[in-house]
Amino acid sequence: MSEMRYEAPKTLESAVALLSGATGLARVLAGGSDLLIQMRTGRVEPELLVDIKGIPEMTSIVAEKGGFRFGAAVSCMELHEHKAFAQAWPGLTEAAMLIGSYQIKGRATVGGNLCNASPAADSVPALIAASATASIVGPNGRREARVEDIATGPGKTSLAKGEIVASFLLPPRPAHAADAYLRFIPRTEMDIAVVGAGVNLTLNDKGVCTHARVVLGAVAERALLVAEAANALIGTKVDAAALQRLSAAASAACRPIDDKRGTKEYRIKVAGVMTRRAAAIALDRARRMN
Amino acid sequence: MSTVLDRTEKTLKVIGTRPVRPDGVPKVTGLAQYGADFSLPGMLWGKILRSPHAHARIRSINTAKALALPGVKAVITSADLPDQKFDYVGPERVAVNFWHMTRNIMAREKVLYEGHAVAAVAATTSAIAAEALRLIEVDYEVLPHVIDVDEAMKPDAPLLFEDMITRGITPAPTKPSNISKRIEYKMGDVDAGFAAADEIVELNFKTAPVHQGYIEPQACLARADADGQTELWASSQGHFVVRTMTVKLLGMKTGDLRVHPAEIGGAFGGKTVVYVEPVAVALSRKTGHPVKIMMSREDVFKATGPTSGTSSTIKIGVTRDGKIVAAEALFKYQAGAFPGSPVMNGCMCGFAPYDIPNVRTIGYDVVCNRPKATAYRAPGSPMSAYAVESTLDMVAAKIGMDPLQLRLKNTAKPGTQLVYGAKHAHAGFAETLQALQRHPGYTAPLGKNQGRGVASGYWFNGGGESSATVHVNEDGTAVVATGSPDIGGSRASTALMAAEALGIPYEHVRPIIADTNSVGYTQATGGSRVTYATGMAVINACNKVIAEMCARAAKIWKIDAADVIWEEGCARPAGKRLGEFEPLSFKEIASKRTATGGPISAAASLNAEGQAPGFSTQFCDVEVDPETGHVKILRYVAAQDAGRAIHPAYVEGQIQGGVVQGIGWALNEEYIYDQEGHLSNAGFLDYRIPVASDLPMIETILVEVPNPNHPYGVKGVAEANIVPPMAAVANAIYHATGRRMTELPMSPPKVLAALDSGRGG
Amino acid sequence: MAKQHVVTTLNGNSVEFLCDTHQTLLEVLRDELHLTGTKEGCGTGDCGACSITLNGRLVCSCLTLGVEAQGKSVETIEGMSNGENLHVLQRKFLEHAALQCGICTPGVLVAARSLLERNSDPTETEVRFWLAGNLCRCTGYNKIVEAVLDAAKEMRGA
Repeated sequence: MSEMRYEAPKTLESAVALLSGATGLARVLAGGSDLLIQMRTGRVEPELLVDIKGIPEMTSIVAEKGGFRFGAAVSCMELHEHKAFAQAWPGLTEAAMLIGSYQIKGRATVGGNLCNASPAADSVPALIAASATASIVGPNGRREARVEDIATGPGKTSLAKGEIVASFLLPPRPAHAADAYLRFIPRTEMDIAVVGAGVNLTLNDKGVCTHARVVLGAVAERALLVAEAANALIGTKVDAAALQRLSAAASAACRPIDDKRGTKEYRIKVAGVMTRRAAAIALDRARRMN
Repeated sequence: MSTVLDRTEKTLKVIGTRPVRPDGVPKVTGLAQYGADFSLPGMLWGKILRSPHAHARIRSINTAKALALPGVKAVITSADLPDQKFDYVGPERVAVNFWHMTRNIMAREKVLYEGHAVAAVAATTSAIAAEALRLIEVDYEVLPHVIDVDEAMKPDAPLLFEDMITRGITPAPTKPSNISKRIEYKMGDVDAGFAAADEIVELNFKTAPVHQGYIEPQACLARADADGQTELWASSQGHFVVRTMTVKLLGMKTGDLRVHPAEIGGAFGGKTVVYVEPVAVALSRKTGHPVKIMMSREDVFKATGPTSGTSSTIKIGVTRDGKIVAAEALFKYQAGAFPGSPVMNGCMCGFAPYDIPNVRTIGYDVVCNRPKATAYRAPGSPMSAYAVESTLDMVAAKIGMDPLQLRLKNTAKPGTQLVYGAKHAHAGFAETLQALQRHPGYTAPLGKNQGRGVASGYWFNGGGESSATVHVNEDGTAVVATGSPDIGGSRASTALMAAEALGIPYEHVRPIIADTNSVGYTQATGGSRVTYATGMAVINACNKVIAEMCARAAKIWKIDAADVIWEEGCARPAGKRLGEFEPLSFKEIASKRTATGGPISAAASLNAEGQAPGFSTQFCDVEVDPETGHVKILRYVAAQDAGRAIHPAYVEGQIQGGVVQGIGWALNEEYIYDQEGHLSNAGFLDYRIPVASDLPMIETILVEVPNPNHPYGVKGVAEANIVPPMAAVANAIYHATGRRMTELPMSPPKVLAALDSGRGG
Repeated sequence: MAKQHVVTTLNGNSVEFLCDTHQTLLEVLRDELHLTGTKEGCGTGDCGACSITLNGRLVCSCLTLGVEAQGKSVETIEGMSNGENLHVLQRKFLEHAALQCGICTPGVLVAARSLLERNSDPTETEVRFWLAGNLCRCTGYNKIVEAVLDAAKEMRGA
């Protein structure tokens, strides 16, 4: 019978030491809402669990360099309850608030959502669209990485043994900038995304889009940053024609699979619809933001 | 919002009120004990090994390694259970074959579905039991499998039983197949009827299998003593049924098994059979210790009986004035791994609400490699109603008639002939139609992408065997013991009926669900029968108590018992002794019981007949997102004839619950299998039952057309409400989009495909 | 491996228990502490029947390890009433017939209390979305929502 060690270190250094020094399978325990299910089915049988919820950098939200740094183990509910953060990043916040029920959101974390590397992870498209960077601590020290470089495929990340994503840095918000995240699910809650779309855009004083990032979830082996969709908006006033081009570019970029949550054809179609709707919400928010 | 219509009786004191249920406090404080909540000292944990294959021959089972694991006290297989005679016993509609049942409890020659039980262990901890399962070695010869009902009926389909010859066909077929049975009902001459029709609509439908979705997995605790006497705490709809099945499966004397009814966390028909109980008893016998078994959610989906997936064809002919002149249906229902789908019910119920002179219904019961189907709320009727009521909607559209009007024009009434031979004996259907016609929402305007759908449904409802005992305490309170597990508030209606009958306050009645040793035989809580049949047993027992109370009063007054009447909770002198003595209350007589002859109690048992069927008519407003196919329920109104609502809040609750199950069945619920016959969605994440945010408030209209055969006019209400929703939603989608959805569930990809193709999906 | 010794606060009382590292808090509550009010409906966080609060935060106990309770405050359904005094929500559930079989009820009550602690005047939509993580198969949610709204009203003194 598997015997599992449980450790709850208080510093990043000791967490890293535990993980890099592990001889058997070791896992980080954040919210546990993915890991405990995998342990229950026997898919994952860790010999060591490193509970990082007692480490200050991983569980705090602070203003930094005009933007925000939030810990990878901050729960979705804590992000949502942080007024300033939610106001600056409504799209990322609403994405985090779509990760399951309120019970799940009370535990689930953006760090865990990213590192579990499900192609349908709800917080990832908005995180990438926000140009977030991840601060990673490992046996060789600290490094920064773009969030889009972390998940490499279903259940796989580019993290080396012993590395932990400690926190995320979000850049300052210029004027008239806003993000939005929409996903399609069959019910109104409690489903894994069939398609997810995160859009982050900035308008100038004349209402012309000067910057955009469009990221799709659940339509490829990991979140897709779709430059063509962003380019459909940049330089335009995000009118109906631009949104149509955006929608077509989003559908064209998809390379989804058939699975129990959606067929290829359906995902391709709905990706275009969700991206367009998310962009419309971001546009509306950006117009109202100073 | 709820309306109660047509209440005619004004003299009832407590019936029709809404007091707090007697078992409510333990349930809101977490103290009520469900099947998994019992423990005993020295208890072992039982777990069941299940087949990973959809269809395979079992070559051998090696349990040595599992037995050798420290902490493991016993391992059992089918070798530990006696084999059973192959024989269908009981009434045809609910026939049981123990040869099949023992093989479902524990596989013998073959495994017939992924999740089929193969062996079981008992160990000192749950973790050790799980480890022991991994050590059991089963040698399987994997066979081709078949799941879909149409596929299973094909001549070259893999056979589950190499000797299955279809029953109900004369002459009997020579070649075996997966078709266990064919049934046919007819009356009149359908060919002549269709020839006389001005308009005919013929459509094919398919429905996916769905699970009852109860939140509590099956669980029990068994304690078998060395002399064979055994106690079982089980959550079940019928602890007497648990007893009957378990003693048969284990070769025990009926009197040696005492089954205690745990509280039950939802059932809807799925807990009228046994799964873990015989296994726990067998393990307890072998180990000499109590054994607890709880199914996991995955096991519940993989191995407990859902209801059938179906394939059907409906043909309805009308004359231009809206009179239905002929109706025909072909129903093919999946039975799962062993025969016994509810196809007979589908054949009997589909056209039952209507007065149609020429009808023919044909049904096929088909086995396939998935768990054996079990009852699910009006079993068999929802699938047939989906098909019939959708077709009726197309008929109404074709002749330009309002759908409620079309149904009113063809309503069955008392005396109308049913295709299965009986005649309707009760009204109530027309009243549900009229209730909706009068509802202001029925004519409220709708917006873009919105539509309104109407559907009706019928369910026989059950009578059957029930027993009750009433004991009077010295302070005038009374214990009312029945054998009907309380799934949804029936203790409250039991207490209301007893309080009404005895003339004492509701709070003075203490209803309990007694174990199989402590009350007379009672059939399962199902078939919408408890308020009716168990209610009658309770009222009969109360009447006996009243007679005894009057006799005691006569003794006290030294008069003839014939001159004592019971009125408003008191014995009163009457006849020639009228006015001679002050009335004696229930409480006063109770306090004098010792001097007047001893304890006062009475028992009553019956095999109830005369139950009235359930009729429900519902309308639904939907909005369809034209770019994603997502369907939103905007409004839902359900009318149902309750006869008399004993406790209106629980009647409303039954309607709301059944409607929401129907909505889930309509929109998102289905079993998803991969190519190997493995279930891909064995959990609540991807088996999508409705969540609170999916729904609006469900409005209920309680129609009351009392059933004269019950002292308080009761008609069973639990089931008829799940019969119409799938068609109501499909009809609403049709009116919102012009697309006829002929396959369930009407999930977004299917709706979007229908919208884009320009045709029905 | 030796069992873990955990000291925690449970419904206001200091409690200690032994458990294996892989045991969930749900298993610990039910099988070690014999508090069976918290239910297992799925074991995978999809049904909410195992809802508790951990340091005041609504969570699924089936997706929390027993060892994680160390030094924290756990509240279960058993701590919701105070002797004979039911919590307003418990009373309203009974008055509104907001339970039929009752298996989901402990989880729903714990979740609803958590909502009303944060939002004393929720709309019907807010109640429905907050309770989306609590599956009920019997009631269709109708009377549950009515009971929660009525409890909120009484708690506001409205």
